[in-house]
Amino acid sequence: MDWVNAIIQGTLLGGLYALFAAGLSLIFGVMRLVNIAHGDLIIFSAYVCLTVTSSLGIHPLLALALVVPIMGIIGYALQRGLLNKTLGADLLPPLLVTFGLSVIIQNSLLQIYTADPQKLSAGALEIASVKIGTLALGILPLLTFFVAVVIIGALQFMFYKTALGRALRAVSDNQEIAQLMGLDKRHIFGIAMGLALAVTAVAGVLLGIRTSFDPSVGGGRLIFGFEAVIIGGLGNIWGTLAGGVILGVAQTVGAKIDPGWQILAGHIAFLFVLAVRPNGLFPRMSA
Amino acid sequence: MTDQHTVKFTPKNYVVTAIVLAIATAALAAAPYWLGRADLRLAGEIMLYISLATLWNLLAGYAGLVSVGQQAYVGLGGYMLFACTILFGVPPVLAIPIAGVIGALLAIPVAFLIFRLRGAYFAIGTWVIAEVFRLGFAQLSALGGGSGTSIPAKIVKSMAASRAARESLSYWLAFGLAALIILFVYLFLRSRKGLALTAIRDNELAASSLGIDIWKTKFFTYVVTAALTSMVGALIFLQKLRISPDAAFSVNDWTAFVIFIVVIGGIGTIEGPIIGAIIFFTLRETLADLGTGYLITLGLVAIIIMLKAPNGIWGLVRDRFDLSFFPLLYRVEKQKQDN
Repeated sequence: MDWVNAIIQGTLLGGLYALFAAGLSLIFGVMRLVNIAHGDLIIFSAYVCLTVTSSLGIHPLLALALVVPIMGIIGYALQRGLLNKTLGADLLPPLLVTFGLSVIIQNSLLQIYTADPQKLSAGALEIASVKIGTLALGILPLLTFFVAVVIIGALQFMFYKTALGRALRAVSDNQEIAQLMGLDKRHIFGIAMGLALAVTAVAGVLLGIRTSFDPSVGGGRLIFGFEAVIIGGLGNIWGTLAGGVILGVAQTVGAKIDPGWQILAGHIAFLFVLAVRPNGLFPRMSA
Repeated sequence: MTDQHTVKFTPKNYVVTAIVLAIATAALAAAPYWLGRADLRLAGEIMLYISLATLWNLLAGYAGLVSVGQQAYVGLGGYMLFACTILFGVPPVLAIPIAGVIGALLAIPVAFLIFRLRGAYFAIGTWVIAEVFRLGFAQLSALGGGSGTSIPAKIVKSMAASRAARESLSYWLAFGLAALIILFVYLFLRSRKGLALTAIRDNELAASSLGIDIWKTKFFTYVVTAALTSMVGALIFLQKLRISPDAAFSVNDWTAFVIFIVVIGGIGTIEGPIIGAIIFFTLRETLADLGTGYLITLGLVAIIIMLKAPNGIWGLVRDRFDLSFFPLLYRVEKQKQDN
């Protein structure tokens, strides 16, 4: 029963990783940009939420109503003001600029909030659980998984059923022709980054309620999100959820064997998938 | 009267640059005789960073392999030094090349895995490898596990009897390795393989249509870089005398700083990493009091340079003064002739 428990907890944890990955996957799909600062932006969102909750005295989940639009606007501004300038045939500028951004965000957070671990306090939600048979499932992990499924479903719907989704896909397929059809790619890219950071905001807040965080942990979150994307297969957003779940299960099962093996087991699962299925399990486009 | 063009390899001021280079090399080789203890230590550290930056530049600036995981090999080299000396009683100086060989051997399977990823995903993949190394070494109780270990005083003293002699030896090793690495990169880039590498960087499709095996060329570069980075890592921790997984596989110390050095100095040039390292340490010695502000400044400067002057400071100098200490390019010279 312990093993079943580990697998179920890992599955629910996978929802959080899928949320880390969704923003990464979205911007890669639209503009082939890999944002090295993605993990730091997740942690940044958690700190924004911390500031909102402590100054207004509201519940972190309620604070999402503020944090999500704030991060969305920051994303749009970041893309239009900085990242659009780096896009082009050359791979180096976006990589190195987002790398610099990562160091700037990390150290700015360190400067403002110090290195002390922080946590978003969500009251009873943190420890509430439901009993199913002999298993106790936390309400928060269940909620996180549910939110991940809803957000991924909404992104999928947006991509394939709305005018905005059509614009995003058009720019992704061929930037020049999309421009000729009257789309402003700079604006579309801005919206894509805004959306990505709005999702990131949800991920950051749920992370902050679940565990404590400090300015240095962003890199690790980037890696988990990235592993979920690659395991699931590029360009397939439901695959990303599956990738997150596989990573989560690998980590909880690894931790069950030996607590020191938790993160390592996740990395090994990732490398194993990379070795046997280099395009991920459910690829829609090639790397 | 017609204009005649000739293609020359020797750069314009090559006599001047050759003399400057020779004097600088001789002065640096003699540094233990004219530098104080603290300055000698700093000079050694600069040499180690010049080595790391030159190697990262070969990967990113010439092979198009942007890695944010070179700390994997710095840490591996460090741990191999500790393993060789503490567990097997190998003399420290001999342990450095052994670390290089092990780095190359491990880089082979790693390359087979992460070469499946492209571009930016390759970059994050290298980071995962470094994390795997870090978490793996944290499990090794023979080398102190998560809290790390130190080199016993007996082993340190076996290098040289007096403290001054040890410090000089340590500097010479760092200087020698840096000189060796720069010379290797220079000769490599002037060789047939290096030409292939530059062709791949400039246009992968065109290069492969000319019969260059892209995968093999990049693979060779990655493995050699890994071997040399491991040797630098061994030297770094021979100076530190203490190792722990977090220090050995630090992404900030061994990759972020190195990337800033190369970007600021000038990516894709041999002089760039050297200039960058000197600027980096000058800034560090003057701005270190700023703490986190120092890193924020470095990040901003790197972003601005990447956007406004992608060839870095050396690129600006080179274009302005037509200088080259390590000539790699042919130039066309116009000659006016009377008929």
